[in-house]
Amino acid sequence: MTLEQTVVDTVERARATPERQQAYAALGLTDDEYARIREILGRRPTSGELAMYSVMWSEHCSYKSSKKYLRRFGERVTDRMREHLMVGMGQNAGVVDVGRGWAVTFKVESHNHPSYVEPFQGAATGVGGIVRDIIAMGARPVAVMDQLRFGDLAEADTLRVVHGVVAGISFYGNCLGLPNIGGETVFDPVYQGNPLVNALCVGVLKHEDLRLANATGAGNLVVLFGARTGGDGIGGASILASDTFTASGPTKRPAVQVGDPFAEKVLIECCLELYAGGLVEAIQDLGAAGISCATSELAANGDGGMRIDLDAVLLRDPTLTAEEILMSESQERMMAVVAPERLEGFLAVTGRWDVETSVLGTVTETGRLEITWHGETIVDVDPATVAVDGPVYDRPVARPAGLDALQADSATGLPRPADGPAIAEQLRALIGSPNLADVGWITDQYDRYVLGNTALAFPDDAGMIRVDEESGLGVAIATDANGRYSELDPRAGAQLALAEAYRNVAVTGARPLAVTDCLNFGAPTNPEVMWQFAETVDGLSEACLALEVPVTGGNVSLYNQTGDRAIHPTPVVGVLGVIDDVAKRVPSGWQDDGLNLYLLGETALELDGSAWAQVVHGHLGGRPPAVRLEAERALAGLLAAGASEGLLAAAHDLSEGGLAATLVEGVLRFGVGARVWLDEVLERDGVDAATALFSESTARVLVAVPREEDVRFVGLCAGRRVPAIRLGVTDAESGMLEVQGLLTERIEDLRRIRWGVLPAALGARSTAAGS
Amino acid sequence: MPVIVVEVMPKAELLDPQGKAVAGALGRLGKDRFSAVRVGKRFELTVDGPVDEAALADAREVAEALLANGVIEDVVRVSEEVA
Repeated sequence: MTLEQTVVDTVERARATPERQQAYAALGLTDDEYARIREILGRRPTSGELAMYSVMWSEHCSYKSSKKYLRRFGERVTDRMREHLMVGMGQNAGVVDVGRGWAVTFKVESHNHPSYVEPFQGAATGVGGIVRDIIAMGARPVAVMDQLRFGDLAEADTLRVVHGVVAGISFYGNCLGLPNIGGETVFDPVYQGNPLVNALCVGVLKHEDLRLANATGAGNLVVLFGARTGGDGIGGASILASDTFTASGPTKRPAVQVGDPFAEKVLIECCLELYAGGLVEAIQDLGAAGISCATSELAANGDGGMRIDLDAVLLRDPTLTAEEILMSESQERMMAVVAPERLEGFLAVTGRWDVETSVLGTVTETGRLEITWHGETIVDVDPATVAVDGPVYDRPVARPAGLDALQADSATGLPRPADGPAIAEQLRALIGSPNLADVGWITDQYDRYVLGNTALAFPDDAGMIRVDEESGLGVAIATDANGRYSELDPRAGAQLALAEAYRNVAVTGARPLAVTDCLNFGAPTNPEVMWQFAETVDGLSEACLALEVPVTGGNVSLYNQTGDRAIHPTPVVGVLGVIDDVAKRVPSGWQDDGLNLYLLGETALELDGSAWAQVVHGHLGGRPPAVRLEAERALAGLLAAGASEGLLAAAHDLSEGGLAATLVEGVLRFGVGARVWLDEVLERDGVDAATALFSESTARVLVAVPREEDVRFVGLCAGRRVPAIRLGVTDAESGMLEVQGLLTERIEDLRRIRWGVLPAALGARSTAAGS
Repeated sequence: MPVIVVEVMPKAELLDPQGKAVAGALGRLGKDRFSAVRVGKRFELTVDGPVDEAALADAREVAEALLANGVIEDVVRVSEEVA
């Protein structure tokens, strides 16, 4: 048998054979990092220790290039921002107090690389992974969202990736019974060889149910439960292909994992019953780096050490080596710390849910993480050196060489149409472009209303979930990122992403409270990418402080590039807001006749980086729209007040595609037309008609107000100093979108253009069943 | 008409949720002698003409390129079905 042929590399052997060559480079460790491990241990690492350090010190787990900058999120926080924060950065996910004894936890994470290699399973396990982060906080997962970036819609490989990713997300999420309440889909050639698949999950808990990943209390038991451990996704890289660890010939394990949503569903219910019974002291999910990560993080966050017997791990494949067990990324597993007197109760619950469970070891007072295998010690380390005090790099930064030229190349000089027919033609081109087209082809494959608490979902600006069935208390979540803006100016781009997500939450009537982010960038070894990253974090943390919404957690994904070509910096920012009663939510489209339409905010000539520049002129250059955080705050305050007083029949934010896109989406939402006139806007803001329609100036929202509330609404705007212009009225009879003097388009025609794009390119929908 | 059979199995080291579900059901039926189940796929390609080396080569190509997802599955058999 293979096992007996394997030479077990024990701590004792490591001491005796300091000269033994170790293939650390194949594991992704640098010479310096390997030297540091030897220094920490005072000897060479065993092969098991080397496996642990290599995965935990990887960029993905250690944040070694980004850590230096991420600290800013923690520094730029005021006491007022902390007021609602129950758990901040550093745990599995942030937790926010939403009132009435309820708390909400949410986080967005990337699963980019696996989703390119194996789109279906990559995207599916991306959902599974983020859901387990939420369970690990003690919460019941209640909704998911996905932020997707694909390559050119016209490329054949994009079809492979889109079909696989969308089918994978719908398969896992739908089987799990979680509504997918929104997200983003963007097509751009920069993502051709490196699509982005980010997944967000939100969970709900009572304050007293909060759980943390801290292994405390010597004598407590360390328990692994859920799926068995197999050879899935070992190292997440071709790490073990190098045949370093065994003498029995090369073992080639695939870096992808296969998920089982039905096992995860059982795991959710099982965990919640364990929490309810008070049977768990601490809990951690197993994601990247598997048992290596869970044991070292639990121990490092606690006050003592941990002793683990690796032979106790239940295996799906008995030929796995100790190193493979330590690194396996098999899905649907959790690790808990359980007091010995509660073990019986714990096993009764896992037994009832048919969840396999094994006791791996105990929490100790030694301050060491010790792991044995076949009776011999193969790991003996200070867990903090593995999980917390990894290397931190201050990588060189350099402003991109071509940035000045790029920023000088403004879209302002591009020809803008002056007459109605030309404007109408460009409007049709815009809504018929992949990024402004209807993405129902994708989102219709997801359950949106399962669980019965969805108050808003796609195509509204934010998703909204009812948290408390008695009072109607709920939360709204929106995510945004505009890679084109970030390419032009990463600092402003990140702030604009935050501003838009914040505004998207505000238009529903919710008050923005907290932030999660997933920062997708190219290789940190490229100084220009590192500069973009530094600018992004600095800009984002500054804007979070200005808007008083703290970052609660998130994820950094680097090395998103094909060859030398990095993706546009894509900082996905998610904002969570709270609404006292979801019955007072504001939809994104109007449903009634004769409502007054008001444009809130001011329009400037800001077409750089816009959808108009991209679609009409194939242009990217200049400076993104100005960031107006004070105006965003005033706007959000107005919207919350207007919603709570019932003054708003609809509210829809202006972003990509400007007022033109917002008007089209407004009439298409419920098929109720509108008549608008631009004269007042043109006069007050000093812009031309094309600019009024296509500019992407921020801090703007289109609202529909019932006539009888008109006086109160205008008074509210004046009192809060939010510029408002009556732009038009809704019209249920005409079936038209009319911009007076410029264009009159049939709603049916607009719908056909907008809905036709994705089906034409992608063909028939995938079914969730196949892989 | 002759038939070429292609069989595809999930890679041995990857989780096979379907096989796991069947194994669980066997246990509930009391069939304890079967300790594990793995579920694969069988394709029957009806051949227009004789099954010669060229036809088998074609079938192998199709099996690797289309019928199996090489990232998570292996082609374990490509051969003529003998009646």
